[in-house]
Amino acid sequence: MKLTKIAAAAAVAVVAASPVMADLVFPSLSYRTGAYAVGGIPFADGYADYMTLVNERDGGVGGVMTRVIECETAYNTEKGVECYEATKGEGALIYQPLSTGITYQLIPKASADGIPVHSMGYGRTSAANGKVFEWVFNYPANYWTGASAAVNYISAQEGGSLKGKTIALVYHNSGYGKEPIRTLEVLAEKHGYSLMLVPVDHPGQEQKSQWLQIRQQKPDYVLLWGWGVMNQVAIQEAANIRFPMDHMIGIWWSGAEADVLPAGDASNGYKALALTGVGNEYPLFADIQKYVVDAGKAAGAGDQIGTVPYNRGIYAAMLAVEAVKTAQAMHGVADITPVMMRDGMENLMMDEAKMTALGLPNFGPTFNVSCENHGGPGLASVTQWDAGAKKWNVIAPFEAPDMDVISALVAADSEAYAAENAITPRDCK
Amino acid sequence: MPDQVLFGIEAATNGLMAGVMYSLVALGFVLIFKASGIFNYAQGVMALFAALTLVGLQEGQVPFAHLINAIFGTEVHHFGWHMPALLAILLALAVMVLFAILVERYVLKHLVNQEPIILFMATIGLAYFMEGFGDLMWGSDIKKLDVGLIQGINATIDETTYNWFGYGFYIDNLDISATIVAAILVTVLVLFSQYTKQGRAMRAVADDHQAALSVGISLRFIWVLVWSIAGFVALVAGIMWGSKSGVQFSLSLIALKALPVLMLGGFTSIPGAIVGGLIIGMGEKLFEFAIGPMIGGATENWFAYMLALIFLVFRPQGLFGEKIIERV
Amino acid sequence: MLYREAGDFKTSYAEDSQTFPIVIDRVGYYVVLAIAFGVIPFLINDYWANAVFVPLLIYAIATLGLNILTGYCGQVSLGTGGFMAVGAYACYKLMTAFPELNIFFCVLLAGGVTAGVGVLFGLPSLRIKGFYLAVATLAAQFFLVWMFNKVPWFYNYSASGQINAPERTLAGIVITGPHTEAWAKYLFCLVFVVLLAWLARNLTRGNFGRQWMAIRDMDIAAEIIGVNPLKAKLSAFAVSSFFIGIAGALFFAVYLGAAEVGEAFGIQKSFLILFMVIIGGLGSIFGSFAGAAFLVLMPVILKNVLVGMLGWQTDIAAHLEFVIVGALIVTFLILEPHGLAQLWRIIKEKLRLWPFPH
Repeated sequence: MKLTKIAAAAAVAVVAASPVMADLVFPSLSYRTGAYAVGGIPFADGYADYMTLVNERDGGVGGVMTRVIECETAYNTEKGVECYEATKGEGALIYQPLSTGITYQLIPKASADGIPVHSMGYGRTSAANGKVFEWVFNYPANYWTGASAAVNYISAQEGGSLKGKTIALVYHNSGYGKEPIRTLEVLAEKHGYSLMLVPVDHPGQEQKSQWLQIRQQKPDYVLLWGWGVMNQVAIQEAANIRFPMDHMIGIWWSGAEADVLPAGDASNGYKALALTGVGNEYPLFADIQKYVVDAGKAAGAGDQIGTVPYNRGIYAAMLAVEAVKTAQAMHGVADITPVMMRDGMENLMMDEAKMTALGLPNFGPTFNVSCENHGGPGLASVTQWDAGAKKWNVIAPFEAPDMDVISALVAADSEAYAAENAITPRDCK
Repeated sequence: MPDQVLFGIEAATNGLMAGVMYSLVALGFVLIFKASGIFNYAQGVMALFAALTLVGLQEGQVPFAHLINAIFGTEVHHFGWHMPALLAILLALAVMVLFAILVERYVLKHLVNQEPIILFMATIGLAYFMEGFGDLMWGSDIKKLDVGLIQGINATIDETTYNWFGYGFYIDNLDISATIVAAILVTVLVLFSQYTKQGRAMRAVADDHQAALSVGISLRFIWVLVWSIAGFVALVAGIMWGSKSGVQFSLSLIALKALPVLMLGGFTSIPGAIVGGLIIGMGEKLFEFAIGPMIGGATENWFAYMLALIFLVFRPQGLFGEKIIERV
Repeated sequence: MLYREAGDFKTSYAEDSQTFPIVIDRVGYYVVLAIAFGVIPFLINDYWANAVFVPLLIYAIATLGLNILTGYCGQVSLGTGGFMAVGAYACYKLMTAFPELNIFFCVLLAGGVTAGVGVLFGLPSLRIKGFYLAVATLAAQFFLVWMFNKVPWFYNYSASGQINAPERTLAGIVITGPHTEAWAKYLFCLVFVVLLAWLARNLTRGNFGRQWMAIRDMDIAAEIIGVNPLKAKLSAFAVSSFFIGIAGALFFAVYLGAAEVGEAFGIQKSFLILFMVIIGGLGSIFGSFAGAAFLVLMPVILKNVLVGMLGWQTDIAAHLEFVIVGALIVTFLILEPHGLAQLWRIIKEKLRLWPFPH
């Protein structure tokens, strides 16, 4: 077959084009096309720009250059598998799969291949249990801590009591959207609020029924667990029915500029949880401007710098680089392997001094990763959209969620996974 | 009146409005199917492309900016103008007409007299092509579309109904505009096809290709005309849906909402597309309102098809479709 | 001589009606089989298995299945994704409920379950025809996806609704789960492909196939000459769904290992497989393979050429991929409207007459 021959030639060329040299390989499974490109482009830009900055400014990490291999997944699991197989032979240190589907896919695969996976603020929540998920990390926060943080915030708004209140969860009717339900149900028992579940089917362009339901039932707060076009439509519809915007709180995947901008002024006051600091007022951005943008090496068009997903990309890259530094210090080797990378991630410590030194003071929460806890403390801040100034403002600092509740849920779910897949949880000394 | 009844009426009314929005998409399918027997899979992508072009022109985006910058290392993004909405709409329409001409010349001309499934396949190729082409041309980031349509709850209706029933009904201003636009669109289309020379020729082609050819109607011109009109309808649908969600890739998925409408109304009937839209819209909203909460919600997608299926079992050619006469 | 019937005498009916009447074809077929079974398993690595061969083989099964329904029996279906989901979830439930059950039978049983569901949703085909029939299968598509997402029993009450394939072995060799060797995955799928392609070929040229084709060509006429439309249509739905169910089970258990119904088995999958059938050629076994190969391999090849060899930015390459695939589809249709299979037939016909074209 002719096609097979061309494929063979292409594959040989791909393999031949990658000379063996000492570098730190970071595959970036980006999605710059497809239904979710809106969120994928800035994240991939941020990730690539930070790595470029590290190379240009510091000459790599510990003297070893970083290399980002971008692979387009279009948020599609099958393409994600192809990307994983194509890049894992290049000495990939860490995978950040950037999609729930691909993460679930890679958890068993990467564990078997011995490459760490970092799903920051997405993926399988119970992977926080490092005893069962040796190779998977989801620090600093996950969906369940996010749900709890949102409830805590609402509780604080209401003067500490949620008795008799109703919270509606408007969610993407998929695995991702269903993640917080169990946590919210448990918290409902604890706090005494009633939970109203409002699913929206993919893609979510038509949400009239859902918002009519909200208009008729009048919940006190709405939590938005959306993705893609669903976010823009939900915010528009909420504005249409005159739902008070400051009583609507989105998860971090529903809290980007692109989600609120199409609704214009109507979205003023909308709140969202955040994993990182907002805006480009951090010293690091001056370096990015100088070494990356002005040098013509920026990954994107430059208009995305400082947006929420871009900053998240920076943060993800920064955590990866810090883990590399930790691993280098632990093992005394500059050109580390994925196994050392895993050790570095497991012993990662992020404190204020470190972040200030990096030019990102108070950009993310301070946390430590440990053998049993791969999820960190789950801190998230709350931001609010200012439609006039077109920017997000932090209105509540990084705060801890209800870990008692979540730890029990994580333990239960991860043990179920361990039982189903015959994994013996390892011993953490 | 008890609350549940009021809520139900509100859901039904909104369903009708949503149905109009579906009809706008379905109309484009019907036009092309009627005139050329092609099930145009690319209709959704056409709506996306039209909306992208409209916003791009309005905002003065440089087409293919990303590609140009990548190849030549330049930094071009915007022309720096801001075009009035009406002018941009006209220009976008011109682009869609150009598109129709190109499609006729490079695709349809070569596929005259082929089976429907092959023509369907050709439109799939076209959809792939336009999806990539549109993104290359205008970029895949989200764009705000603003042609001056008002959105949000209609205050007058809210107040009036509040005074009558003690509960204010929610009707979206955008839906009201969509209804007006749809009414005008259908009227114009019907007038055009009934009273103009080209319109009559179009109907003749729809009835019988060969007979139309033999009386001297240019098939090629009619196809360009029909695809241009479908492009125009796609533009209208793109504006309406894009105003709500911003213009992004997902806009092309609205075609899926039009499919049950199409099947229920019949592939060949313009009134069918409207009535079908109304039935589907109201049916799915009422079902979601009444039954949805009991079985977990998010039922709209499949219920629309179930509803269409029930109608089809009794009328296999759709509500307004031409009667299928089978001979051996 | 090269590619000739001349001198190749057939002395029995069975020989005369064999699948590959020409020696070269026959030899070629056995060579392909020998390479597929004897050579590739030794050369294959993870990339080739997971990015090329396994998806190709699984899509080929699904395309064969849909081709039986759409190409041979003339019933347009857009429910393929939903039926694949039935196969996948049936396989998952069987794997977790009966850990001792051999994975081979899990997959077969999953196909059986899907056949039952397919017949159920095939019932409206007795009344509704043509493009309108697509509505019945679309209803199946959306309803099944909704159901698998909504009813926790199907995904064993896991928090996120994802299903994970546990590790299962066949004769001591790991077939599913992360520790599967590339060759084991590949061979497992290949066995199914060969068996099912053989089954499809023999069904379609037998009594069933003739009934299906009679229904496709004109159902009223078929009824008059004594074909029972109920039996013919529903058997086509059953066989087709059986194939698709097996494809879905393999897709989940062997290829992906973890799946979420909306993402893995959404409406896009239904369209994709229909595209494969039409591009490959309606009513052709070879076409099913060619169509699947075209749509699976083309993006991978283009990506490797544009990004890997030419070093283009990934997003530009991804957009160009769409443009090129779209343009190729249209070009192929203009050159040969009946799909790749017909193109292949014409080439063979030319070869037979070569070098004397008349």
